[in-house]
Amino acid sequence: MNVANAPLLSLVTFLPLVGVAFIAFLPRDAVQNARYIALWTTLVTFAVSLLIWINFDTTTANFQFVEERPWLGVFTYRVGVDGISMLFVILTTFLMPLCILASWESVETRVKEYMMAFLVMETLMVGVFCALDLVLFYLFFEASLIPMFIIIGVWGGPRRVYASFKFFLYTLLGSLLMLLAMMAMYWHAGTTNVITLLSTKFPAEMQWWLWLAFFASFAVKLPMWPVHTWLPDAHVEAPTAGSVILAAILLKMGGYGFLRFSVPMFPIASQELAPLVFALSVIAIIYTSLVALAQEDVKKLIAYSSVAHMGFVTMGIFTFTVQGIDGAIFQMLSHGIVSAALFLCVGVIYDRMHTREIAAYGGLVNRMPIYAFCFMVFTMANVGLPGTSGFIGEFLTLLAAFKTNTWVAFLATTSVVLSASYMLYLYRRVIFGALEKASLKAITDMTPREIIVMAPLVILTILFGFYPAPILDVTAASVKALVQNYEAAINTAAAALAR
Amino acid sequence: MFDLAWLIILLPAAGVLINLFFGPKLGDRRVGYMASAAVALSFLVAAWYTLRLWGLPAEEQVHTVTLWDWITAGSFRVAAALLIDPLSLTMALVVTGVGALIHVYSVAYMEHDEHYQRFFLYLNFFIFAMLILVLSDSFLGMFVGWEGVGLASFLLIGFWFDRRDDSYGYYADAGKKAFLVNRIGDFGMIVAMIAIWSAAGSLAFTDVFEAAEHGAFTAGAATFVCLLLLLAAAGKSAQIPLFVWLPDAMAGPTPVSALIHAATMVTAGIYMIARTHVLWHIAENAALTAAWIGALTALFAASLALVQTDLKKILAYSTISQLGYMMLGVGVGAYGAAIFMLVAHAFYKALLFLAAGSVMHALDGELDIRKMGGLRHKMPATFRTFLIGAVSLAGIPPLAGFFAKDAVLLGALAHQPLVYVVGLFTALLTAIYSFRAVFVPFFGQPRDRHLYDHAHESPSLMTVPLWILAALTIFGGLLNLPFVLSLEKWLEPALGAHDAPGLVIELIALTLGILIAGFGFVIAYAWHIANEQWPRRLASSVDSLQPALQNKWYVDDFYYERIVLPLRRFAGWLATAVDQKLIDGTVDGIGRITLGAGDRVRKLENGVIPSYALAIVLGVVILAAYFVFSI
Repeated sequence: MNVANAPLLSLVTFLPLVGVAFIAFLPRDAVQNARYIALWTTLVTFAVSLLIWINFDTTTANFQFVEERPWLGVFTYRVGVDGISMLFVILTTFLMPLCILASWESVETRVKEYMMAFLVMETLMVGVFCALDLVLFYLFFEASLIPMFIIIGVWGGPRRVYASFKFFLYTLLGSLLMLLAMMAMYWHAGTTNVITLLSTKFPAEMQWWLWLAFFASFAVKLPMWPVHTWLPDAHVEAPTAGSVILAAILLKMGGYGFLRFSVPMFPIASQELAPLVFALSVIAIIYTSLVALAQEDVKKLIAYSSVAHMGFVTMGIFTFTVQGIDGAIFQMLSHGIVSAALFLCVGVIYDRMHTREIAAYGGLVNRMPIYAFCFMVFTMANVGLPGTSGFIGEFLTLLAAFKTNTWVAFLATTSVVLSASYMLYLYRRVIFGALEKASLKAITDMTPREIIVMAPLVILTILFGFYPAPILDVTAASVKALVQNYEAAINTAAAALAR
Repeated sequence: MFDLAWLIILLPAAGVLINLFFGPKLGDRRVGYMASAAVALSFLVAAWYTLRLWGLPAEEQVHTVTLWDWITAGSFRVAAALLIDPLSLTMALVVTGVGALIHVYSVAYMEHDEHYQRFFLYLNFFIFAMLILVLSDSFLGMFVGWEGVGLASFLLIGFWFDRRDDSYGYYADAGKKAFLVNRIGDFGMIVAMIAIWSAAGSLAFTDVFEAAEHGAFTAGAATFVCLLLLLAAAGKSAQIPLFVWLPDAMAGPTPVSALIHAATMVTAGIYMIARTHVLWHIAENAALTAAWIGALTALFAASLALVQTDLKKILAYSTISQLGYMMLGVGVGAYGAAIFMLVAHAFYKALLFLAAGSVMHALDGELDIRKMGGLRHKMPATFRTFLIGAVSLAGIPPLAGFFAKDAVLLGALAHQPLVYVVGLFTALLTAIYSFRAVFVPFFGQPRDRHLYDHAHESPSLMTVPLWILAALTIFGGLLNLPFVLSLEKWLEPALGAHDAPGLVIELIALTLGILIAGFGFVIAYAWHIANEQWPRRLASSVDSLQPALQNKWYVDDFYYERIVLPLRRFAGWLATAVDQKLIDGTVDGIGRITLGAGDRVRKLENGVIPSYALAIVLGVVILAAYFVFSI
């Protein structure tokens, strides 16, 4: 059977909704059934997405598994993946079953609704990475926030309303501008087809405005400095699995947006505004690392570290080189695994102690050696130790930045010291030291269920550190094409200017 | 021919995995033996390949064994590959040889420790990472090992993670300090690698050096790169200004101090500079800087070793000082001599640490030499082996330390006479503190009767490794005996031809070296054994230096007060004043202004989700309407 002709992407996108339907019809007290349905749905979805990965042709930069059909009369439903989006789909489907498992016991209220919210979330996130039509993208991109609001708002901490409100406020302006930009693009090109838009040449001054409009939306999402302050609050209030999705996937939509829209569609504006992005990236890396150092809350510390890590992503993308963009994508995927794992680690102790305060812990290794081991692996990956996935993305982006701007690379490399400072500060205070606090004396090590959640993340973190080829092979062709098209556009513009 | 060389690395890794998954089933003792066997087997494989390499003509002694394509991103390609040449195999032999002995010693030393198996897990992991460091064929591969040993060091310094005492604070903090200080060096390493790739288009050693020989690096670029590499080496090899972590690293169990913080890991910086000598030939200023950093570190640390009262701290400062000699050696271009000293030092310093560990074992963890005395009667094997180590450290012929230090100083005399003078003066201090470390604990009358009565000789599982290391210390000098067995000659395929200075210079260096070491012995003897007054008067002439020496020249205090504290305050200020008040406050303020204060905000807060959904639906409707009307 030729799987390439089957509507696999639509299947992956909408399969979770089948699970939603099943759960919706369950009696209210069938809590356990809801969990199992959600788990199986996400596992099957993951299996189907692997089928796509296996059949993905790494030699071409073209979109694959493309589906097109008319929709609602005026729109077109158009999906497809290339080397840039492929692995984000896999990352999403891979993390979903882990999130369901991680919430198995910790979520006790409204379990049915919780599972449904996560499944809807999955559909929308996969949709973002597959959509090849502006309207479809907009819909998925914006709608993906709704289940996240609900997850934070219903199952979140005490200040959940403030957190989601803040997030809303931040996003509002960006969304509005992105919408306007999309209308302008349609007005200019006469289509909302992303594939066509990728080869459309927008006039230089128009690129500026479109670029800034998209930037407003993506920068908040990623988040970049100084529009990052919603993230720590959202993380602190979100339940564990919500934080995992937020850090691992929602943030990546911003980086993906830069790669799908900003750089290829508005190359001239990208080039001219790159210094701005570099400045913000370097500030993000140094500033948020220092702020992380001063945190007393485990989740906030990791949230700030996420902002710093995303600084490498924007820095890499806007070098417009193969190494920079490969590194940025790798960094996003690696951060997807590592930050997810770190938030899961926080979840493990939060479930036991119901506090996120660093000072409430200490000496956990005495009672939790397996936990200490897992936490160590992810700490080192977050620090960017070679031999873990965290190193490769950082190194490639620095390599690229050095050629573009030596000072940017120099300043960004200080993160080597800063990230080690805040991560070891955290690890030292939580894991090492004497186990003195009475409340901790009876704490238990990870359960088999928790080990099953952690094990694949530990393995992938180390595997991709030593063998990153599965990721770099997939991105190679598309990134090369992206860079070539960008350079061609810049050269044409320069030639036109010279004339 | 060297296709299976990865076995050298794989064996300790297998030890890690067996320990991790089957440790509890095997039981403590068997885990200890298994871990030791893994390293010993690795040594045998390395020895086998060394013999094969030995048999080849010099120009065929460099081999690359490619394992897999590691990172490929456009024109950036790095393979996971091994470089098999005399230098890498020599290092591998030292690491696995000394490593295996220390493993065996630890089987007995760590007995009854609560975390016995974890100790061997870390120790095997260290050997694994160290072998990656010395056998990799590229900067990036070396860096994997470089960071891996840093991690092992961090874990092993803080091995007793819940202990704390006056001299180290929490042991776990000492580990953290080591890791963080090394990260500063890593900053240099990462930027250096990036700069190297930008200039040479590759990170494989052979490619980079070939490119360098064809002019890929200007003198300026090479100096830039080498100064960054020097920063990295200063971190790992505990040189000025990054040496501060090594004395604290003594919080780790003594076999760790012997293996990681004396014999192997801390020499990685020296190895790295020797490995990259092609670049240092172009960057003469950087090489001169390295020579001076080495000489000053040697002097500085030796001065501190003189006043320490903790036996392990004496050895720690002595290690920093000896590493300074090696740095001085590579700085003046005496690469072969520096590696010779590295090997010899691995023997006698591992010996000294293990013997100190044996003393500690006998005295229930006591390390203060002022409480010891007369121990030679109680622990004859420990005493004799410690004495051999100390005599070698002091530079008395014909032990290995004498030849090694002589070779390095000879290089200095031939190229940088001023550096030589500093090195020679340091040799005097070295001899004094070496013999002080022998005379105070082992001679004279017992100072603490209770401790003395309690003392006993260690089991043979500990003394046998001591005697083997003692034998290596005695005969190690033969490794580099001209016309017999020349280590420097054997290393030439990797380090380039070494120039032998003239016989006259060599004789001057030899004579001065012997005289100064002898003088040092006399001072220490007169002071601590004969109880004469003149050495004390000599010391009182520099009495004004006492407070500075006692406070480690105030370096730690300076770093803490001038760098760590201000940075922490700055971070706190950023987090509260800037992030919370300025940025977040602005956002909240905008929110209040745009949405109106009070009730309306509260209303909206409660209806965030519906209103947001409405906004999205509205957006889509607007889009749709727009399309319909514009078509």
